[in-house]
Formats: sequence, structure tokens, C-alpha cells
Amino acid sequence: MAAQPFYSRGMSNTEALLKVENLRVEVPTRRGTLVAVDDVSFDIAPGEVLGVVGESGAGKSLTGAAIIGLLEPPLKIAGGSITLAGRRIDNLPYEAMRRIRGKEIGAIFQDPLTSLNPLYTIGRQLVETIRTHLDLGPAKARGRALSLLREVGIAGADERIDHYPHQFSGGMRQRVVIALALAANPRLIIADEPTTALDVSIQAQIIALLKRLGRDHGTAIMLVTHDMGVIAETAHRVAVMYAGRIVEIGPVRRIVDRPSHPYTKGLMASIPRTAGPRGRLRQIDGTMPRLNAIPPGCPFSPRCTEALDRCRRERPDLMPANETQAACWQCAPVAEHANA
Amino acid sequence: MIMRVADVQLSFPAILIALLIDGVAHSLLPREVQTRITLYVLIAAIALSYWVHFARTVRGSAMVERSKEYIQAARVIGVHPARIVIGHLLPNVIGPVLVIATINLATAILTEATLSFLGVGLPPTEPSLGTLIRVGNDYLLSGDWWISVFPGTVLALLILSVNLLGDWLRDAFNPKLR
Amino acid sequence: MPERDVLLEVNDLERHFDVSAPALERLLQSKQRVAVKALDGVTFTISRGETFSLVGESGCGKTTVARCVVGLYRPTAGNIVFDGVDLGRLRRRKAMAPIRRRMQMIFQDPYASLNPRWRVRRIIAEPLVTHGLVADKAELRARVAELLEQVRLAPADGDKFPHEFSGGQRQRISIARALAANPEFLVCDEPTSALDVSVQAQILNLMRDLQRRLRLTYLFISHNLAVIYQVSDRVGVMYLGRLVEVATADQLFTAPRHPYTRLLLETIPRLDPPDDPLGGREPVAGEVPNPIDPPPGCAFHPRCPYANDRCRRERPSLLAAGGAPVACHAVQEGRLPTSVR
Repeated sequence: MAAQPFYSRGMSNTEALLKVENLRVEVPTRRGTLVAVDDVSFDIAPGEVLGVVGESGAGKSLTGAAIIGLLEPPLKIAGGSITLAGRRIDNLPYEAMRRIRGKEIGAIFQDPLTSLNPLYTIGRQLVETIRTHLDLGPAKARGRALSLLREVGIAGADERIDHYPHQFSGGMRQRVVIALALAANPRLIIADEPTTALDVSIQAQIIALLKRLGRDHGTAIMLVTHDMGVIAETAHRVAVMYAGRIVEIGPVRRIVDRPSHPYTKGLMASIPRTAGPRGRLRQIDGTMPRLNAIPPGCPFSPRCTEALDRCRRERPDLMPANETQAACWQCAPVAEHANA
Repeated sequence: MIMRVADVQLSFPAILIALLIDGVAHSLLPREVQTRITLYVLIAAIALSYWVHFARTVRGSAMVERSKEYIQAARVIGVHPARIVIGHLLPNVIGPVLVIATINLATAILTEATLSFLGVGLPPTEPSLGTLIRVGNDYLLSGDWWISVFPGTVLALLILSVNLLGDWLRDAFNPKLR
Repeated sequence: MPERDVLLEVNDLERHFDVSAPALERLLQSKQRVAVKALDGVTFTISRGETFSLVGESGCGKTTVARCVVGLYRPTAGNIVFDGVDLGRLRRRKAMAPIRRRMQMIFQDPYASLNPRWRVRRIIAEPLVTHGLVADKAELRARVAELLEQVRLAPADGDKFPHEFSGGQRQRISIARALAANPEFLVCDEPTSALDVSVQAQILNLMRDLQRRLRLTYLFISHNLAVIYQVSDRVGVMYLGRLVEVATADQLFTAPRHPYTRLLLETIPRLDPPDDPLGGREPVAGEVPNPIDPPPGCAFHPRCPYANDRCRRERPSLLAAGGAPVACHAVQEGRLPTSVR
């Protein structure tokens, strides 16, 4: 039975662009069905950057893949709904989804090397994408490609548009990938670890670029990453995922400075900083459970230093807690108080 | 350097190479020796035509594995190079080799059959599927079709089972599937 | 406190890679041989018991230093002295053996650094077997069990294959293997870069405990400044094959001198970015130049806000300024405004 979704509102009262409700992604295996994404709900408003953070296996990339419709079989959406601008997109036939992908939703993946076809010039790839989704003639499309390249900060765009991907450095390639994602003016961009493969100084440039695009075009961005630093710099709100579920969601400053969920607390504490006391880092003992060994009740309970009896029996849903929402029974008194 | 020789050889069809070796052997060796060692000449001919496939694959695999860190770890530990090759490289390279080996086994059988069919393989005194098919060729349309067809079917089944064996072997050696 | 006893000395280390086109192509197109100077004269020392880190972005040469120190690459020039022994003089494998026992390496990729076809027991035992450190099978088993427990794994894990473990657990196995022969010196090449943040904390804590207990000296390579801050005693910053600054961790992070160090510290994503409604700091433009064709003079001058004519012509050498070496004309000439974070 699906819990009533209680996800935090976007930045303002604008109608959410993307609504994900009770999303469930399953993969059938020889030993039974595994749930990779379990009852995930959130929304993103236009111009907002939602960070989705979690460690490997938490399900954040799969959530992004489900939204774009790029789940590799046998993975499949087994429940819930995904709504883009009021229209359901999770149950569309392949052709319809293909048209939406690229036109309404753009995607940026981790490795810029493999996101671009090495055989074609970037100009050709850009123009092809533009003309697939927008009704423009070749000259107009090329003009748009040039302006996109300039917008993402590629110097000498007039010449470089005819260069091949291998002639660009890593950071430049990622900019080209961003230009490609923007080609048809999508309203939503899913960025999966867009800066992980890049050097630190380039990371900063790409982050600034993404933020500016969100501001200037009103593009909503779903930023999936394991790097909290990138999230802290870029996102407005953050969803923290663990074992396929969202365990906490809220404004980025709250999550970073005053998290409520024990996992988020542990995660923030174990991140090394560049100032302050040096020495032993705070650590969370144990590891995230594999999909085929998710404990009953709260999935984090075996590793949780604050676990109650109830945590091992009953699985908590997201509930209000100190300016965020956390899936934790420790926050129940706050919720009950709020409802009183 | 070896790879350049391999490259050049790859530009010739393997059958021609086998024919060439066979022909040279026939003309060079005296008659009596010929009939006795025909089998060995044949084996040598087929082996020399097909070594290039193995060489390419092994080289490719080995170069990929060589740069992997577990090999470098062994070097840092100070393991003797020979032990690195035998203990570390070989088991990880053998997978594709096994598959190619079984495919080539099938091809080798076919090649022998072809050469015998063409009359330059085993002499008619030795049993050979290819010879049988050749002999039966003349009778195909005159009612005794079975002289060619049965050996042909056996050949096909033989090659199929060898290929399946290769797949099974490769999976059996993969520790991830244990 | 680390004793004032120098364990490793690296002097003017250079390592060039030949990236020329194949011989035939060079002949037909009259191309020249091209070499990349991955290391262009690196000098530093490491004292017994200390953790010395090298930090820099991709292509700076820090991994190449690690590989030269541990013997995977032969230096093109310069020398490496380990506990008084010049490694360049040891040509034969047998002569290197005792050094190899004392110096080991942990690699970045937990998935590629363990032979997928060997059981964990055999992987960890390899150094013991290679150096003949155990008398019989019983002793081998006991030692492997001891090593597994030391890295907080169970002795029963020795029977499993690497793919049955997570990334963090595999790094523990790598550490166990590196410690098998009781080394004094560990070169750690980005040991936690491929791991999740909470697993990273576990592994770094483990490495810290082991260092205390076994009195190890670490050469720690990373591109992650926060990790460097947490684990290091002294830090060397590298750029395009050269060392640009060496300082204690405290000094480097509170008062960075070289403009590149300052750039790095400015641009790392911070958990507490300054409140900026316009969306954050303006990062410095430019990328690391191609190592095949480095800029003349100071390698950093194209991106440096303080570059002058001298910087474009003359390569600065690593000179001690205030007790810690820095390779920058602006610093030496006193042109650089001091920055304290």
C-alpha cells in the first residue's frame, strides 16, 4: 500500500514541473524480485536545482534513469508515477518517450568521453539533435548550435564547432555535452555525476554554468551525485537516499548544517573538511545493505546508533522534522506535536 | 615484429596457406616419407594457418590485463616475471582463448575436410570425413546420396558440440559464476 | 612526532614518456620524436613515521612519482634514495628484493588491483611466498588470518573471491596484502578516491590506526584536498610535472603561497559556500595545459593573475621561503599579497 506522499514543496508556490510519486523500480532475478527504488517521491519546480545524494547502490542513478525512461531491462518501473508538466511520462510507449527525451528532458552523464560520438564533429551532433526536436532549417540550426556553444563558454565557437570530440579537453567536452542537453531547450535536465570525472578547478566552472542556466532559462535540474560539496554549492534542496529510499529531504543548508536523520548526520560528519580539527574522521560502521538483504523496518537500523525497537520492526515514512522531512521514528514526537 | 608477420599472414585466406604448406611438403619430400607423415604435415599446415587468430586475441587481452593494477601490485611485491605471466596473466587471458580454440577446432576439422575433399589432405587410405564427402559427391544425384549426407551431418553435429563445449568451458572457468 | 630520520629522498626526478608516432609514420611524414615530460625535476624528502602527501590535478605527475618511487617506472633522470640506498644502482631483480619487502603500494582501483581469479587468501599470501617469509602452510594460514583481522575482516573471508566483496572491503584486502611482508613504507595512490564518503572515512581511520601501531611512513597521493588536510603531516603541490609548493598541512591550508595552491583552495566545492544570491564565486578560467607542449618559463603563468615577464621566460626553482619551499617568482620578489584563510 502506497503511503500518502508527503514531499516538501518547491522554492515558491509555482506548480512543480516534475512530480515523482511513490516511484518503485524493481529488477526480477533468479532468486526473487529486488526493489532498487522504493516508494520515492519528490518534486522539482522550474528553475530549481534538486540534489539527489547517496552512496553507491542507494538508487539515485536509477531514479534518474527511470525519469528519462532509460532503465535497462530487466529493470522496470513497477509502481508510482512520474509527471512532467502535468503529463504522465512513466507509462508512455517507446516512441513517445523518445520524443520527450531530448525535447523536454535533457541528460548529462558522468563520462564526457563516451557521451559524444567520436566519429562526428560536435557541430554535426548538435545540429542533428536540434533538428530532431525543433523545426529549424540547417542554417538556423547551426546558428543555434553556435549560440549554445558560446553560452556554455566555449571560446572560439565559430571554429570549434567543426572540431571532433577528441580535440577537446575533459572540461570542454563536458560543456559540449551540456550544450547538447540544452539543444532543444528542455525544461528539465537530469545530471548524473556531471563533475565527478573532472578536475577540481573545472568542476567549479561547470557548477557555475549549471547554476546560471537554471537561473537564466528557468530549467529545472536534478543533480545526482555522491559529492556533498557539489550539492552544497549548487542545489536549493537535497534528497538523501539510502537503500533505495529517500531518508531525508529538505533545503540544502538545513541538510548540511542541521540534519535530522541519523544517516544524514553520520554522512555529514564523515566528510573531511579543509579546516578545523584533523585526525580521526567520524565513521559509520558497517556498509549499506545489498538489495537482496535489506533489513526489516528501517533499512538503516542495523548501523544506527540511535535505533529504537520500533525502528527494527516498522518502516518509517517521511515525516516533518526540524525544517526538513526525515524517515525516522526519532522524529515522530515532532510530527505528532506538529499535528496536535 | 611478430605481430607484423601475423598481419601479413592474415591478408591471405587460411585455406590457401594450408594448401601452400601442403603443396610444398608434397614436392619436397620423397614419396615413401610422404604417405607416412601426411597426417603430421596436415596438422602443421592447419596450425600454421590459424595461429594468427590466437596471437591477436592473446596479445589484445594480455595488453589490457598488463596495465591492470593487480599485475602492477605483483611487480611491486617483487614477484618473478615468469610467475606473474603464469600465475596472473595466463588465467585471465585464457578465457577468450578457450572460445577461439573451440571455434578453431571446428574450423580445423572443416579445413581438413576441405583439403581432403580437394584431394590434397589425407590420402584415400586414411579415414576422413572430407574424403567421404568427396567420394560421395559423385553419387549424389544417382540414388546413393547417403554417402555424402551422413558424413556431412556428422561433421555439422561434431562442430556444434565442440562449440557448445567451448562455451561451457569458458563459463566453468569464470569464478564469478561459481 | 616523526623522528628527524630521512627515509626517502627524491632528487631532481624526471620521467619522460615517448609519445611519438610509430616509426613508419614518422618516416613517411617527417615527424619528430615527441616526449611528454610527466616529471620535470621533482625533489622532496620524507622522514620516518611521517605522512607526506602529493596533491594536484590530473596530469600533474603525482601518480608518476609514486610509480617511480616504488620501482614500476625507471626514472629518466634524477635519483631515488631509500634509507640511504640509491635505487638507481640496483639493476638486478635480486638486489631490489629486500627493498621491495620494505616498500609497498596500495592502488586506487579496488576492482582492478586484485586478481579476480585468485582467492583472497592467495592474494594476501603472495608477498609472504615471494619473499620466503613463512616456513610452512600452517604458518601461512595463521599469518593470513592475522592480517585479515588487522584490517577488520574475518579470517573466513580468505576463502572468498574478490568479486564477493564491496569496494571498501577490497581496499582492506589490498592493505592486508601490502602489510603482509611487514613493510616500513607505503605508497598510497588515491586509496579512497573510488570509495563512498562513509567508506572512505572507515579506510582512512584504519590507515591512521595502522600507521600508529606499525610505525609506518606514508607517501599519500590524492587529488582530494580535504582528505589531504586530514591525513597529512606535510604536503607537496604539483602542477605539470613540477613541485610548486611544499609545506606542513597547517601552513598550506591556512596560508597558501603559490598562486596555484590558492586557486585550488578557492575552487574546491565547499560545504559552507559564502552566501551569494548571484550564484557563487567566479572561478578562475583556463585548464591545465597539454603536457606535451608546456608553457615556457613558469608552467602556471598563463593562468596566474600575478604573472610578469620574468614568469614567462624563467622557470622558478623551488626555494625555501619562510621555512617551506615554493617555486614562484612573485613570492620570492615579495609581490604576492599574503592570504590567510
